Amino acid sequence: MENVSAVLYLVAAVLFILALKGLSSPTTAIQGNRYGIIGMLIAVATTFMIMDKPVLALIVGAIVAGGAIGAYKAKTVEMTGMPELVAAMHSLVGLSAVLIAVAAIFHTGVEHTGVQKVELFIGAFIGAITFTASVVAYGKLSGKFGAKAVNFSGQHLLNLVLALAMVGFGVAYFLTDSHGAFLMMVAIALVLGVTLIIPIGGADMPVVVSMLNSYSGWAAAGIGFTLNNPVLIIAGACVGSSGAILSYIMCKAMNRSIVSVLLGGFGAEAGGGGSADTGPKNYKSGSAEDATFLMGNADSVIIVPGYGLAVSRAQHALQEFAELLHQKGVNVRYAIHPVAGRMPGHMNVLLAEAEVPYEQVQEMEEINSDFSNTDVVLVIGANDVVNPAAQKDKQSPIYGMPILEAHKARTVIVVKRSMSVGYAGLDNELFYMDKTMMVFGDAKKVVEDMLKAVSH
Amino acid sequence: MVDPFISSFTIFVLAVFVGYHVVWNVTPALHTPLMAVTNAISGIIIVGAMLQVVDINGSQITVTSVLGTIGIFLASINIFGGFMVTQRMLDMFKKKKKQGA
Repeated sequence: MENVSAVLYLVAAVLFILALKGLSSPTTAIQGNRYGIIGMLIAVATTFMIMDKPVLALIVGAIVAGGAIGAYKAKTVEMTGMPELVAAMHSLVGLSAVLIAVAAIFHTGVEHTGVQKVELFIGAFIGAITFTASVVAYGKLSGKFGAKAVNFSGQHLLNLVLALAMVGFGVAYFLTDSHGAFLMMVAIALVLGVTLIIPIGGADMPVVVSMLNSYSGWAAAGIGFTLNNPVLIIAGACVGSSGAILSYIMCKAMNRSIVSVLLGGFGAEAGGGGSADTGPKNYKSGSAEDATFLMGNADSVIIVPGYGLAVSRAQHALQEFAELLHQKGVNVRYAIHPVAGRMPGHMNVLLAEAEVPYEQVQEMEEINSDFSNTDVVLVIGANDVVNPAAQKDKQSPIYGMPILEAHKARTVIVVKRSMSVGYAGLDNELFYMDKTMMVFGDAKKVVEDMLKAVSH
Repeated sequence: MVDPFISSFTIFVLAVFVGYHVVWNVTPALHTPLMAVTNAISGIIIVGAMLQVVDINGSQITVTSVLGTIGIFLASINIFGGFMVTQRMLDMFKKKKKQGA
C-alpha cells in the first residue's frame, strides 16, 4: 500500500511539472492546466487511500464549501483584479500551512522528533509571514489600506527584534515541547508579516506579489518536510522557485534590487536624483483626430499600452481601432514592457481579454530594435517605461532600467491625462521632443474619438 | 538507514532545480496564468490538511481535526479558484489565436 501511494504521489508531482511546462506556449498551456487538475485529483485520492480512519464528513464538506467559493471567484473576477485575487490566494496557502502546523502540534497520537520540530517551526513561520504579508498586499492592491509606503524610524530594528524573538520562542518549543511557545512563535511571525510589507510602496507591488508567490510555495514544501510527503515537497519547491524567478524578472525590469524593494518605499529614493525641473518646457499637443490622421497614413504603428489603459477600460476600443488600422494596411503591433501591468504578464492577459491577436503582441526584447524604423508609436497610459532618461541620464534614479525605445520612432503620440509625472516621480523628456505630440484626456475617451475618426 | 529528512531534502533540492528550469521556459505573455496555476498547485497543501482530519483515540472532533478541516477549506478555494481562473485566462489567449489566423 505504501509503495502504491508513493508511486501515485510521484505521478501527481510529474503532472504538476507538466502543467508548468505547458505554459511555454499558449497552445500547450490548456493541456498543461488539465495535467495539473488530474495531478491534484490523484494526490487527493491517494491521500484518502492511505488515511487511517478519516473523518469523511468534515473533509468532503470542507472541499465542497471551499471549492464552491473558489469556483465562484474564478468565474466572476475582473481581469484587472487578478493581482488582488492572486494575493488573496497566497494568504490562504500561508494560513493553511499555519493551521496544519498547529494541528500537528496538538495531534496527541504523534510524537515529533527533533528534526520534525524544526521542520514544523519553519513551515509555520513561513506560512504565518506569507499569510499576513499577503493580506496587507491584498489591501494595498485593492486600495483598501492605501498603497502608500509606511515608514518609521527604527523599522528595521523592530523587524530584527521580532525575528529574534520568533526564533527564541522556536528554540523554547524545541527544548520544552511547550504548545504556548509554539503559538507565541506563530503570533510573532504574523506580526512580522505585516511589518515587513508595510514599508513597500504601490509601485513595487509586482515584485511583492511574485515574492509572496514564492513564499507560499516554500510554506507548502515546509509542511511536506514535516509530513515526509514527497508530492508536497516537489510541488512546493516548484512553486517556490517559480515565484523567485518572477521576482527576479520584475526587479530587473524595474531596475531595483530585491534588497532595496524590501527595505523601503520607491518615492523616497526617487526624490533625490533625476532631472530637476528647469522651468516650463515646450511641448506640442494635438487632438485625437490629428493623431488618427498620422496613424492612418503610416505604414507601421507600435502601440505601447500601460496600466492607465486598463484603469480607464480602454482596451476593447483600442483593439477595434487597431483592427481598423490593420484593415487599412497599417502594420500594427503592441509592445509590452514587463511591468506594464500590476503583476507579471498582466498586460498580456488584459489585451487577450480584449481579443487582441496574440501575434500582434510582442515583448520588449523582441520589438525594441524595430522602433527606429517605425512611423508612429502610440503611448497610452504608460510613462516611466518609455522614459529615455533610463538610457541617457546617469543621474536619474531609473538609469539602467530597460525601456521600450519609443523615442527612436519617427513620430510619437502620447495619450495622457496631463503632464504629471509617473510612479517614479520623474519628468519624461520624451514628451518634449519635436517629434512628439501629446493628446490630453482620459484614455478611453481619446481612443473612442480615434475610433470615430478612423471609421470616417 | 538514511534519516527521512535527508531523502526529503534530496527530493527538495532536485525539485527546486526542475522548477527553476521549467519556469524559465514559460513565455512572459503567460506569467499571470503561471501565477494563477502555481496558486492552484500550492493548494496541494490540502494533502497535509487532510492527514490531520482523522479519528484520534475515538474522538472525531479535536483541535487537530478542526484546524485540519479549515485548512482543507482554504486549500480547496485555491485549488478550484486557481485552476478555473487559469483556464479562463488561457481560453482568452486561444480565442484570439483563431481570429488572428
